[in-house]
Amino acid sequence: MKRLANLPTGILLFILLFVIIFPFAGLPLYFTHTIILIFIWGAVTTAWSYMGRFWMISLCHGAWVGIAAYITVLLFNFYHLSPWVGMWLGLLAVAIAAGVIGYACFRFGLVGHYFAVTTLVVTELVALVIIAFRDITEGRLGITVKPLGTAPLYFQFESKVPFYFMALGLLLLSLYIWRKIDQSKMQKALTAIEEDEVAAASIGINVVRNKTTVAVVSAVIAGMGGVVYAQYIMYLNPVTTIAIGASLAYVFMAIVGGMFTLWGPLIGAIIITGLQEYIRITFGTVLMGWAWVGYGFIIVVMIIFLPKGLYGTLIETLHKRRMQKAARESATP
Amino acid sequence: MLKIEGMGANYGAFKVLHDISLDVADGETVVTVGPNGAGKTTLLRVISGLLKPTSGAIYFDNQRVDGKEPYEIVDIGISVVPEGGRLFPRLTVYDNLKAGSYTKRSRREFKQSLDEIFSSFPILKARQSQIAGSLSGGERQMLAIARTLMSRPKLVMFDEVSSGLAPKVVTNLFELVKRIKSQGYSILMVEQNVRKAIELADHAYLMGSGRLQFHGNKEDFIQSPHIKKAYLGI
Repeated sequence: MKRLANLPTGILLFILLFVIIFPFAGLPLYFTHTIILIFIWGAVTTAWSYMGRFWMISLCHGAWVGIAAYITVLLFNFYHLSPWVGMWLGLLAVAIAAGVIGYACFRFGLVGHYFAVTTLVVTELVALVIIAFRDITEGRLGITVKPLGTAPLYFQFESKVPFYFMALGLLLLSLYIWRKIDQSKMQKALTAIEEDEVAAASIGINVVRNKTTVAVVSAVIAGMGGVVYAQYIMYLNPVTTIAIGASLAYVFMAIVGGMFTLWGPLIGAIIITGLQEYIRITFGTVLMGWAWVGYGFIIVVMIIFLPKGLYGTLIETLHKRRMQKAARESATP
Repeated sequence: MLKIEGMGANYGAFKVLHDISLDVADGETVVTVGPNGAGKTTLLRVISGLLKPTSGAIYFDNQRVDGKEPYEIVDIGISVVPEGGRLFPRLTVYDNLKAGSYTKRSRREFKQSLDEIFSSFPILKARQSQIAGSLSGGERQMLAIARTLMSRPKLVMFDEVSSGLAPKVVTNLFELVKRIKSQGYSILMVEQNVRKAIELADHAYLMGSGRLQFHGNKEDFIQSPHIKKAYLGI
């Protein structure tokens, strides 16, 4: 597993250089826009996979994204509180909410499908609450951030470049935490818990604390994604950012890319965001809705035939081939 | 060492354990026997903190331990070999053992524990890089016991260590338990294999429908007419 994360340093440096130069290359703004979205969704999906890889399937990451984003935006719109300050309150709220819900679920042993369904309810609940308080949140119509032009102190920029680098930074942070968790004792504890919760408890692993911790970390990073998204798009909608569709998108991205590897979720985000944008641009007005059917079909096929995701399967195949080659070489001296 | 006083426990509204009082003295082996559904496994679940008792008290080394969480119980020095072993089947033998010494206290002595385990279970040393799921039934149970010992317990509890295993393997496992006993561990065993278990016991309890129905030292127990007739078949 560790080996899989180590892309050759040369390639990594090249990618990094490319990524830094990209926004200045004079390409159409649309490309930069798509890449910013990929960075944000990549960060959130990677955060989702902190839990997903241990088979804690959360269907409420849309809620974490939404809670942080809404609190930040509402504090700004109503009290003119800078999002730089407001976001911490939003993230705190997310941490508390994820902590309470995580603790409640894990304390009473909700695992597998039961956990997934519970989180699904949380997502819908948050979306409905936001819709219900439409005097404040503008309900289903969605809320717009009061525009100030370029105001760095208020997290508003007319150029895409600052958002590009903020989203990139968030993505790197999210990947870094994935690595940190992977190398920590917590990873081993969570693996044991995933294999057999009772056995894990009987060798002295604090099941509830390990699971709750990872759930909170995952939720907070997702919340950060929400804040950057809200400030970038300047518009939030409870149905498209929180409700089930949005929450499931992260699951799909992780599944498509492969949730058991460092780069998998990001690659999933690239594929799905790219696919969505492509389908939307090419067929958007001609075959309204059919794009989603195709999208759903691809997901079903992926889950059945490539459960480890595109990247995960690719890496596994390469690894197997290398092992076979090594075996053959050692067999014929 | 372990002292249970008037303990009761429920699954939901259903009362499964009634007024259980049981003692395990230091270095002693206590066996609890009884038929299916008597509450033997539940008794161990309560002691290991997986199920909270509804009444009574549990003391370990004069410290009250009922209501503590499972990881705290392990840290205090009570470990269970769960029924069927409950290994981590996709981890290697070595990783299973490593997982066994998870608590801070036992991690400090990991190297030493591992040496001890490998010298008393040479087969595990030979198989250390094998996936646990690929072991045979007897080896798995052996690994489960070894994993439990890695947490450096004072009291080891065995939950039906013989269930689902071939008679020959069962004999070997009981030999193993005997060896563990001779190393000075206190042992609480629940068993359906009455005849074999009684041989190891210093003290034995008979359990039925959630109550302790009879207890005594090994001789009393074997001599009791009821037990003779119902469980030993003589």
